[in-house]
Amino acid sequence: MTDVKDKPDGVGFGRVTRKEDARFVRGKGNYVDDIVLPGMLYGAVLRSPYAHAKIISIDTSEAEKHPKVKAVITGALLETLNLAWIPSLSHDVIAVLATDKVRYQGQEVAFVVAEDRYSARDALELIEVDYEVLPAVVDAKRALEPDAAIIRDDIENKKDNYIFDWGSGDEQATEAVFKKADVIVEQDMLYPRVHPAPMETCGSVADMDPISGKLTIYCTTQAPHAHRTLYALVAGLPEHKLRVYSPDIGGGFGNKVGIYPGYVLSVVGSIVTKRPVKWVEDRSENLMSTSFARDYHMKGKIAATKEGKILGLRVDVLADHGAFNNTAQPTKFPAGFFHVFSGSYDMEAAYCAVKGVYTNKAPGGVAYACSFRVTEAVYAVERMVDRLALELDMDPAELRMKNLLRPEQFPYTSPTGWEYDSGEYPRALRLAMDIAGYEDLRKEQAEKRANGELMGIGLSFFTETVGAGPKKHMDILGLGMADGCEVRVHPTGKAVVRLSVQTQGQGHETTFAQIVSEVTGIPTADIEVVHGDTDNTPFGLGTYGSRSTPVSGAAAAVASKRIVEKARLIASAMLECAPEDLEWNLGRWQVKGDPSAGKTIAEIALAAHASLELPDGIEGHLDASCVYDPPNLTFPFGAYICVVDVDRGTGKVKVRRFIAVDDCGPRINPMIVEGQVHGGLADGVGMALMESIAFDEDGNCLGGSFMDYLLPTSLECPSWETGETVTPSPHHPLGLKGVGESATVGSPPAVVNAVLDALKPFGVKHADMPLTPAQVWRAMQGRPMRTDLAIK
Amino acid sequence: MRVNMSVNGVEVSDEIEPRLLLVHFLRENLRLTGTHWGCDTSNCGTCTVLMDGMPVKSCTVLAAMASGSQITTVEGLGANGELDPVQQGFIEMHGLQCGFCTSGMMLSARWLLDHNPNPSEKEIREAISGQICRCTGYENIVRSIKWAAAHSQNSGVQQGVEA
Repeated sequence: MTDVKDKPDGVGFGRVTRKEDARFVRGKGNYVDDIVLPGMLYGAVLRSPYAHAKIISIDTSEAEKHPKVKAVITGALLETLNLAWIPSLSHDVIAVLATDKVRYQGQEVAFVVAEDRYSARDALELIEVDYEVLPAVVDAKRALEPDAAIIRDDIENKKDNYIFDWGSGDEQATEAVFKKADVIVEQDMLYPRVHPAPMETCGSVADMDPISGKLTIYCTTQAPHAHRTLYALVAGLPEHKLRVYSPDIGGGFGNKVGIYPGYVLSVVGSIVTKRPVKWVEDRSENLMSTSFARDYHMKGKIAATKEGKILGLRVDVLADHGAFNNTAQPTKFPAGFFHVFSGSYDMEAAYCAVKGVYTNKAPGGVAYACSFRVTEAVYAVERMVDRLALELDMDPAELRMKNLLRPEQFPYTSPTGWEYDSGEYPRALRLAMDIAGYEDLRKEQAEKRANGELMGIGLSFFTETVGAGPKKHMDILGLGMADGCEVRVHPTGKAVVRLSVQTQGQGHETTFAQIVSEVTGIPTADIEVVHGDTDNTPFGLGTYGSRSTPVSGAAAAVASKRIVEKARLIASAMLECAPEDLEWNLGRWQVKGDPSAGKTIAEIALAAHASLELPDGIEGHLDASCVYDPPNLTFPFGAYICVVDVDRGTGKVKVRRFIAVDDCGPRINPMIVEGQVHGGLADGVGMALMESIAFDEDGNCLGGSFMDYLLPTSLECPSWETGETVTPSPHHPLGLKGVGESATVGSPPAVVNAVLDALKPFGVKHADMPLTPAQVWRAMQGRPMRTDLAIK
Repeated sequence: MRVNMSVNGVEVSDEIEPRLLLVHFLRENLRLTGTHWGCDTSNCGTCTVLMDGMPVKSCTVLAAMASGSQITTVEGLGANGELDPVQQGFIEMHGLQCGFCTSGMMLSARWLLDHNPNPSEKEIREAISGQICRCTGYENIVRSIKWAAAHSQNSGVQQGVEA
């Protein structure tokens, strides 16, 4: 990589404002609900009011009589099209419209297509559904009891609610280190069900052209190519008759990875009515039916010497997957990357066991910037390390420093087989402590405690696991997790780069242009990024799991390097010298020893399209492409410190400071990286203190609107304090690691550890998220509650 | 029923259902899609517009209630082809990512600066506290509004939106 100082302005990495902002600040973004096609109709979904009920009958006759209704679609109609059920992303099925029974509150039962948005909603009221209510299975811990209602009786011979058992690590070796440990600490922890809740809900506009037979789906998808392949497989349509177009997306966070029944219903609606059909869900539909996150019931057990050397860790998980197993993650890993749970610490052995169960709740599980469940893993280990510190009466920073992996251990193979690419962990923790003024904070805390005030300081150190992933290990529904990229330099030296990934706010139109610019020397402003449209981009699996920079960014870098190499050969023909006699001076090939003789990339591009006789084997034009199959994942990391004040009388937590040191390798655009970190920190504060999708005993969702599902505002968030270290990835062509989810993964345990540190005078050892005033107050009274079920 | 209002300085008149929400009137009848919709319950504030100079959540205002009013949407920010300092501030300080909450945030910021040209950080945070952003963690929105405050005074731009 060339040093930023050596480069002309507007070339390569560095802080530049975003290209996409010009349209957004003028209100000229193009989101799915902004799309209006000639003759377009509107769809609305009738949803189940019950968590578990048999459908006795559905009467749509009154709805069909509504003067503005064009079609009413039920599961019975979908059965005739073989579309009532579609494959899930985890080798299960999901119901598009319920045919036999409903399995969670909010499940899709019927679909109305009408001339306008309001009429479609009106007609839902005219559909009569007769249900026979069944007992709901709401608690994952009760799902496997012999008398629990069977949720998935659609599966032949299914007699329980069991999905899978999966483990990783060496169980016997882990048991052996527990036998020799001086100290063993055990802790039950719930990572409650939460929801990504992007500001834009999910939606689609389907347009089946009855003449050409081509189906265009404008859709809120983070993975347009994966969606197209799934539609092709389900509908039996060839890819060239399918175009998935993902326009501007109003936030994704994993919520927009999967294929939802509403998307399929807009397609069926368009086929039935022969007109374009728009479906956009409302906020309650989004919170109640689309992909949730977490819902992990974890039992942790950590072993150490009395001096504080961690020996081993075991975590047993009960994973609540809802009514259909529809988590989006690589096939081989039913618990995602949870088995990176030994985290950032050197230990002899580790073992995790995960059991998945069905419940009468919405399906999903992998979402909300979780890096395929690294969030749950980091929470588990960081809480266990704090519990150990409490047991040993040791400062949690000192305990972490004592056990962090040392720089010379990299590349490091974890007890469960991950190969961490690079890291300088102690340096990051020291920097975070310096920014925080850690010693002074502890002094202040001691003084406050003496006065009866509750101040807490919480740490977390995380190792992220992103850039999925090597094709030989990782696929989703059989599709390897590689990504394509095409770069074309126009005759005038301007360029276009086509991506398989799709931004939801991460700023790809700017950062991918910067990647190409960094390698080719073409100014960022002269590089156009095309993405989101399957008709105009190469195949790839999309944007989630912080994979865009490590996978697609690598593809863009390699394709750009191929451009530069081809340019060298063309320059040699132009300058009538051997390619070996040329040296690259960012943006220009010049003769070694005679820098005045050279050709810029723009001059070379024009020559490549002109009449110049090119060397043997070199075709004209200046294009290159790459399909990047990453050799390994990348492992960004960071050290976070949170400072809270807790109100003794009300239990209210105020996050006073939050210090975040992130190492994601070199930063393409420091402004954008910092923005990504800020957003994730707000997520962490929200999850730790406010957010929970809870249920009552009948399976009624208690987090179905923003009045009940609380998100942090500007008043709950402090002014974030950030720092950075730079440890490049040895295998990424530009050393980049990715950062999208780092802060969401790393911040929740820092907040929780801080609150529990504040509550130390009460002897509180643990309380589950969200640490609402009620939960904190109860913890002070010695009886923290279970947060995922309604209190009876 | 018929409604008449001034939207971004242009007089509009339309025949509507009485139940039509202002957000849908703006987005669908007038095709001003810069105003977004996010929750239906007045919690998220992505639909915020200025009605007679005051920020309102247009998902909980009937178009009929807005009849006779002056409405300013994001499309009405800035003048003579120049961006409002608030818009420029959001670009300069990375006050947006996905862009979905941005229109509403900028209109609240405009209102704040019209009434308080030199707001403190606390005043800025309070002014936008009825609006949710899932991307930025708010820090850069605060910085964007500070940037706009600093540059409004220097440029002497007056963005009067009140009736």
